[in-house]
Amino acid sequence: MQIKPILASLRWHKAGTVLIALQIALTLAVVCNALFIVQQRVVRLLRPSGVEESSLLVIQNQWAGKPATPQLPALLAADLDTLRHVPGVADVYSSNSYPLSSTSGWSMGVRYTRDQKTPTTPSAIYFADQHALSTMGLKLLAGRNFRADEIADLDGRATLAPSVVMVTWALAEKLFPNDQAVGKRLCIGNAGPSTIIGVVERMQTFSGSFADAWVERSTLVPYRLLSGISIYVIRTRPGQLNEVMRAAPAALFAANRLRSIDAKTGVQTFAEIRATAYKTDSGVAILMAVICVLLLAVTAAGIIGLTSFWVSQRRRQIGVRRALGATRSDILNYFLTENLLISLGGVILGTLLAIGLNAVMISQFEMARLSFGYVVIGVLALLLLGQAAVLAPALRASRVSPVEATRSV
Amino acid sequence: MLIYYIELALRSLTRSRGLTALMVLSIGFGVAASMTTFAVFRAVSGNPLPEKSAQLFTPQIDNLGPQSGKAKDDLPDALTYTDAMALMQAHQASRQTAIYPVGYTMIPDEVTRMPFGVNGYAAYADFFPMFNVPFRYGGGWSNVDDTRRANVIVISALLNKKLFDGSNSVGRTLNLDGHVYRVSGVLGDWNPQPRFYDVNNGNGFTEAPQFFLPFTRAVDLQTDTAGGNNCPAPPPPGWEGWLHSPCVWVSFWTELPDTAAQQRYRQFLTGYASEQQRIGRFNWPANVRLHDLMQWLDHEHVVPPETRVSLLVAASFMLVCLVNTIGLLLAKIMRRSGEIGVRRALGASRGEIYGQFMIEAALVGVAGGVLGLLLTALGVVGVGLVFAPDIARLAAVNASLVGLTLLVAVVATVVAAFYPAWRAAHVQPAWQLKCN
Repeated sequence: MQIKPILASLRWHKAGTVLIALQIALTLAVVCNALFIVQQRVVRLLRPSGVEESSLLVIQNQWAGKPATPQLPALLAADLDTLRHVPGVADVYSSNSYPLSSTSGWSMGVRYTRDQKTPTTPSAIYFADQHALSTMGLKLLAGRNFRADEIADLDGRATLAPSVVMVTWALAEKLFPNDQAVGKRLCIGNAGPSTIIGVVERMQTFSGSFADAWVERSTLVPYRLLSGISIYVIRTRPGQLNEVMRAAPAALFAANRLRSIDAKTGVQTFAEIRATAYKTDSGVAILMAVICVLLLAVTAAGIIGLTSFWVSQRRRQIGVRRALGATRSDILNYFLTENLLISLGGVILGTLLAIGLNAVMISQFEMARLSFGYVVIGVLALLLLGQAAVLAPALRASRVSPVEATRSV
Repeated sequence: MLIYYIELALRSLTRSRGLTALMVLSIGFGVAASMTTFAVFRAVSGNPLPEKSAQLFTPQIDNLGPQSGKAKDDLPDALTYTDAMALMQAHQASRQTAIYPVGYTMIPDEVTRMPFGVNGYAAYADFFPMFNVPFRYGGGWSNVDDTRRANVIVISALLNKKLFDGSNSVGRTLNLDGHVYRVSGVLGDWNPQPRFYDVNNGNGFTEAPQFFLPFTRAVDLQTDTAGGNNCPAPPPPGWEGWLHSPCVWVSFWTELPDTAAQQRYRQFLTGYASEQQRIGRFNWPANVRLHDLMQWLDHEHVVPPETRVSLLVAASFMLVCLVNTIGLLLAKIMRRSGEIGVRRALGASRGEIYGQFMIEAALVGVAGGVLGLLLTALGVVGVGLVFAPDIARLAAVNASLVGLTLLVAVVATVVAAFYPAWRAAHVQPAWQLKCN
């Protein structure tokens, strides 16, 4: 295929050429960045929480009448006992928060020693008892679980100073890289040292972009939280999630009605918690994907429109070429190559634009740097799209009969 | 003449239906994408209190000092109880209030009704006049109630409906966690978005608070904050220990009507922090800030970054659609070079050709705008997928959005038509006539 005559003819319709190239360039810039955003969000969405999500329920209970702190341990114990006797409940414990929570979360700086000035890393703090691991289905990688006699009551405002803790593998790896964490010591906040007795495989922090940098660094502390609001995490037996969801709050009210459990958010399955936590992420991913598809469609439509116009404008020239011996595939190739040349110009400009747009997003919205793979995918997608879009008008051109050369328009 | 042009345009648009449809679709989708994201953006970045935002200020005081390892400009988002109380007592602004979010359990009088949780704020009497809060019945409490630590409460219209069936409940009582409060007022429809007075607790766009009660009373009852509590170190034990700790959890707002008052308040704040340094509470020079309402929203990054990103992406989308329209109009117009040549030869001026094609473009713009409007309405519904319901709820189609959508569509198409129409106006009549 000869490129020179194509270039020569492009000079006759500069404006159309420039417009198609510009459109391809802009589309490439937006599509690369949008796909990149989609991929980043999807990666976040797919992060495992580490807990057995399919069979977990969370109940948020608020005590009515603000019972005094000394009354709370008995109330908590009674509730846990009530829940344990609900048919379909496998295990239960009470905590201050849970992975992916969007409503409550504690975090504290973790240090090696008490007098270390800045913390080594923040960590989510989860209150737990000996039932926590089995309730959430956490896998113990090393060490042991809490014992019943290690669990203490803690007033919400009191200082957290556990003698033993369990940590996630991610936190252990941050604090003691390539070393056995069990038996080592860490300091939570400014409190005295706590000994690590167990390492669990994975347990995500609560939701919120500020926790993204330390997403799996969690610490389990052996406490029951004494506060006006208590959170119960319930593990149900297989297939009984829905039954327990109805029966558990009813059982709690039957045992003691001086409480309120919010009608909308008081009882949540983990699937609901996950959906709430990642609402924005999935939404942004969907929005960007829709915009990508629409953009590609608009660009393809533009290419079809302009190329159809060129074909109809050049029917006579095509007829002459056919009369002089050009085959149908010669004509087809002519238009495909013409489009390829314009698209190449477009994607070169588009690559620069994509990097520029990404730079703007980095400086304005704290986005990550666009990886080159996305540009390559975008370039290939647009080149293919161009060829596909031009195919129909080009086929029509190839069917122009040589007789057209002799007709006047 | 105009009618003739419109007639010509309609005839030409119906002649090449495919191209016309492509143009209308392109403009429609471009406008819809931009307008949908703009609706969300406008909803979340608007001024919640336009008539007064320039007179409302919130102070920041560095109570942690340089050793906290933070940047110099990164002051705590809230005040300690100690500082908030000092500012309240100093009474240096014409109005001021300390605020913090609280939650209680409402215990209905009828034994048959279940208790339920309610959320609201503890504030001072100045809160209501300062933020122009509308009342349906009654009003806020008095400054005397603040000092007397009175059991008074202001409830929302919704809570009033739930408890008192929407009747005038001023003077009636209700029970929160065993304490009885007298209703002093029922709010009108009031839920400024974003909720500027509590953005630091992540409550920018949540549902309206259900009640307000005196700050002094809430502290007397040892009510914990329902919002963030940020402690540099574990506080000393007990309620008093926490109150006088360096934990920050109190929001503070002042009304400063003019520049002189703002200047005086800045000096007062600096003076206060220097005084704290002198008495040895702060070991660092005064580091204070005073933001007005809009600066504060900006400082707290209230507009979610997703909205800004999608606004940028939508604008780029619109640009692509515009380029697309230029290309299609060009194809359409150049296809009719012959016809233009004839018209020119028969005496039409360049200006007239120009006018004719601009009108044709404007018609495409109107059609695209109408399509865009339908798609925008769909898009605004779809926003529920993209943003949390509390934000999505704010984005609504209203008259100004409809007007803006049509305007953007028409202006964009007319702008896109400039170059193709210019090309058309410069068609050489002789050349066209000769070759056809």
